[in-house]
Amino acid sequence: MIRQDISRVDAKRRTALHHSKKQFAAPAYKDLEYKHRLNFYIIPPTADITLEQFEQWAIDRLRVLAELEACSFRNKTPAETAAHMKPLLDKYLPLSASTSGSSAVQVERQKDHYSHFILRLAFAGTEDLRRRFSRAEAMLFRIRFQADDARERSAFVDSLSLDWETVGEEEKRGLSEELRASGGGYPKRIEDESYFKVDWEKVPELIEGRKVLLRAGKAYVPGREQLSMVVAEFTQLLDKALELTSRALPRLDEDDRLTPILAHLSQNFTTPDVAYSTNAPLTGADISSRNVDVLSASFPLCMQHLHRSLRRDSHLKHYGRLQYTLFLKGIGLNLEECLIFWRQGFNKITDDTFNKEYRYNVRHAYGDVGGDSNRRGSGYSPFSCQRILTEHPPGPGEAHGCPYRHFSVENLTNLLTAVGVRDSDVLRGVKEDKEKMKYHMACNRVFEYAHKQELKRVKEDGTWGASQLETIVHPNEYFKRSYLLRNLGKKTESSGDGDGDVKMEG
Amino acid sequence: MVKEENTEQPRTEGSVSLVDDAIKQDITMADVEAMDENVSNMKTEIKGEVKLEDLFADMDSDEEFSSSNIKSQDLKSSGSQEEPSSPIHIGPLSRASDPEVMRSFYQRLFPWRYLFQWLNHSPTPTTDFGHREFAFTLQNDAYLRYQSFPTSDLLRKDVLRLMPSRFEIGPVYSTNPRDRKTLRKSSAFKPIAKELCFDIDLTDYDDIRTCCDKANICIKCWQFITMAIKVVDVALRDDFGFKHIMWVYSGRRGAHAWVCDKKARLMDDQKRRAIAGYLEVIKGGAQSGKKVTVKRPLHPHVARSLETLKSHFQTDILQDQDPWETDEKFDLLLQLLPDKTLNDALRKKWSSAPGRASALKWADIDALAKTTKGLNPTALLEAKQDIVLEYTYPRLDIEVSKHLNHLLKSPFVVHPGTGRVCVPINTKALEEFDPIGVPTVTELLKEIDEWAAEDGESEGKSIQDWEKTSLKPYVEHFRSFVLSLMKDERDFKVKSEETDVMDF
Repeated sequence: MIRQDISRVDAKRRTALHHSKKQFAAPAYKDLEYKHRLNFYIIPPTADITLEQFEQWAIDRLRVLAELEACSFRNKTPAETAAHMKPLLDKYLPLSASTSGSSAVQVERQKDHYSHFILRLAFAGTEDLRRRFSRAEAMLFRIRFQADDARERSAFVDSLSLDWETVGEEEKRGLSEELRASGGGYPKRIEDESYFKVDWEKVPELIEGRKVLLRAGKAYVPGREQLSMVVAEFTQLLDKALELTSRALPRLDEDDRLTPILAHLSQNFTTPDVAYSTNAPLTGADISSRNVDVLSASFPLCMQHLHRSLRRDSHLKHYGRLQYTLFLKGIGLNLEECLIFWRQGFNKITDDTFNKEYRYNVRHAYGDVGGDSNRRGSGYSPFSCQRILTEHPPGPGEAHGCPYRHFSVENLTNLLTAVGVRDSDVLRGVKEDKEKMKYHMACNRVFEYAHKQELKRVKEDGTWGASQLETIVHPNEYFKRSYLLRNLGKKTESSGDGDGDVKMEG
Repeated sequence: MVKEENTEQPRTEGSVSLVDDAIKQDITMADVEAMDENVSNMKTEIKGEVKLEDLFADMDSDEEFSSSNIKSQDLKSSGSQEEPSSPIHIGPLSRASDPEVMRSFYQRLFPWRYLFQWLNHSPTPTTDFGHREFAFTLQNDAYLRYQSFPTSDLLRKDVLRLMPSRFEIGPVYSTNPRDRKTLRKSSAFKPIAKELCFDIDLTDYDDIRTCCDKANICIKCWQFITMAIKVVDVALRDDFGFKHIMWVYSGRRGAHAWVCDKKARLMDDQKRRAIAGYLEVIKGGAQSGKKVTVKRPLHPHVARSLETLKSHFQTDILQDQDPWETDEKFDLLLQLLPDKTLNDALRKKWSSAPGRASALKWADIDALAKTTKGLNPTALLEAKQDIVLEYTYPRLDIEVSKHLNHLLKSPFVVHPGTGRVCVPINTKALEEFDPIGVPTVTELLKEIDEWAAEDGESEGKSIQDWEKTSLKPYVEHFRSFVLSLMKDERDFKVKSEETDVMDF
């Protein structure tokens, strides 16, 4: 009964066309003509494609997106990313300019259009996938937008008919000083630049970096910052569309040939930022609270700094505790030992204060308390370099973060010397890496220096495979390798157990 | 507006005090059976949660006991409602965290109705209030999250039952926070709106304040907060166009800002982050060296802030804080200056005159710079500007502002350590605000008693308890803030309804 009622009302509301005339309406399916190289992906595709095309196009696009994501994890600059992506884009997802006169233009654009929508279906499922997809798509759009030639780009932007108000000449002259100051001194002559006035919410990144003038909630965006506005618009539309898709997904009358393909696609979009597995503790190592001082010789610089700060101040602030606790958890320190470690570390406070203010957080990090999902997932996983580098930069009085990134050169050098890195070549190298923002390189450089002999040995022996010699991108990986290298001799003497472990990884 | 006044009338008429009034309301509410059921539901909900969260292992039985206890007391006081506001015996020894003191405070002084209107944005209950998360810190330091209340009276009732030493305000959720576990999909429960908040705490200034440290404050270091409020407030109003900004003293050593405009409340995390980034100038941890790196020419916001802060730097920093008095301290200053020859000259001069005041040292820089050869005057000027910023620019606890679902202590609760009430700060009289002079809860309760003694007989019109105390100006400030917020909100609603009609 009830059901019938609802469907009746719905049918009336939904169809723009009167239902009695519906059968005479022309089907809206037709091949689209792609006028511009870029696409905001507003209209979904409607033409037929083969199943092979469906799969192949999606896989090609996925390759590109995965690589883009990897670039961002490796902290590449936009220019480096663009250079890195060029050959891949040409191979998997070429898009020629309208002026190129290539006969493949329409085909290329169709592939771009369709593959985007296929992946949309595949990635609308979960919040996490949606976020990553929209990030990667925005990066792709940005690269293409920048590569587009100026005339085509402005034609495309005009076609979007976005709601931007142009700043009049008079107002511009009146604000010229402020406008110039906001643009970091440019343009020299205010007449050379045109400005748009938009709600500041539309250009959050420009606001965040204080790159534009802001007056009464309106941002004065110079023409050259158009990119950021278009990208913001793109992301906003995409996010909204993904949200809608995800809601429609369960009700889609899916062709049962497509569902497995889509599921497969979303599974393959794996994160390079893998969680470090804590299930394989180092065999034979005495990982206990009283031994942390000894073990700390094998810690990466960020953790050594935390350890030193803790010993010096008998205290660490919240994110410092979090970063360090998770690292310790990652090296195999169990919850009881970890609690003992912190209790002893914070030796200036009473048991009561410790239990009230700190105990819970440590237990939460281990998944001993908290909501269902936290406990089932046994707490948080140890932070990777990527996370440490990009999230929560340390504020006044905080000791967490990555020393290579968050320290001044002088303080970094002091710290390195204090932990025993005195070689001037290494220090210079670290300084250069820091300037180029290659923080991983700096850390790995120090690692290689500290384990020079051992590394040489394992390379000669061939006991360590290539995968064990690649760049370290996780503090726990640093510890693991460092520990194994330092105890190289002992391992082989004691048993074959350790070797077996090592080979498994290779 | 008129409507609101009307609803106010019956409350003030004939009731002797706020307490009695509220008790009457409680009784009328008890008539509604559903309401009672609701309350008992809440109780079981809390108990269930206790087990789940594993937070309060020893709470279960206690809670049951204390709640029935309160009930009986409520009854008792309702029986004796004839005598006008029976004196509460607060001796000089009573501490702010005494349950008796807290009960009297919540019963007689806390401005429940304005708090409700502030969060509800209209006189009649809406989901803006009903789906809002409250979090209680109980006397035994247990922390109770995801509490929500359909009306301010139920909130008041529960606060009196549980007697939290303080409570915090979180976001409005898409569904009632109490029902979050009954939802089939966890994604259906998410925060959708909250005021944009800022938190400034003097501990973040520990490396540059010399007068006090840790939890201690004095009027000298409070100037850091005064400067911070000036800079942030003007940026939020002039640049972002927000109107309804309330600054609240945090009870000990800091201040909170609540930006209540509808636009601000509905912002997602990205936009909050953008504002936080726009306002953030001091960056870096203890080890990062120079903390200020700003582009030249200065962005209008930074330039304006610098202009405001300059005079404070002269008086509040150079004179009052005297940050570079000793040898190792003036080294900090030298590290921030760019020219080596100048630095050497300054070091020589200052080492030979130990204890030279910071103001003089600051003047020395320019004096000696004139005689230094090959000095880049622009670099020096910029370095000096950076130093002014480093010592005066607001240091915000940015995490609070970045996230929609961050909880922040409610205005008007009592700080358990100091006993001071977290009162709103009137930005029009910002310079006069003295954190040491903020009334403590025990003082306030004494003031009620003394007032009753003075003119207890003059019953021209009934006066609420807060009006008898030095809390009065603060509550009035809060009320006018809330009224103007509600007015804007109502205009907004009317407008959107009109456009709706036009659409049809």
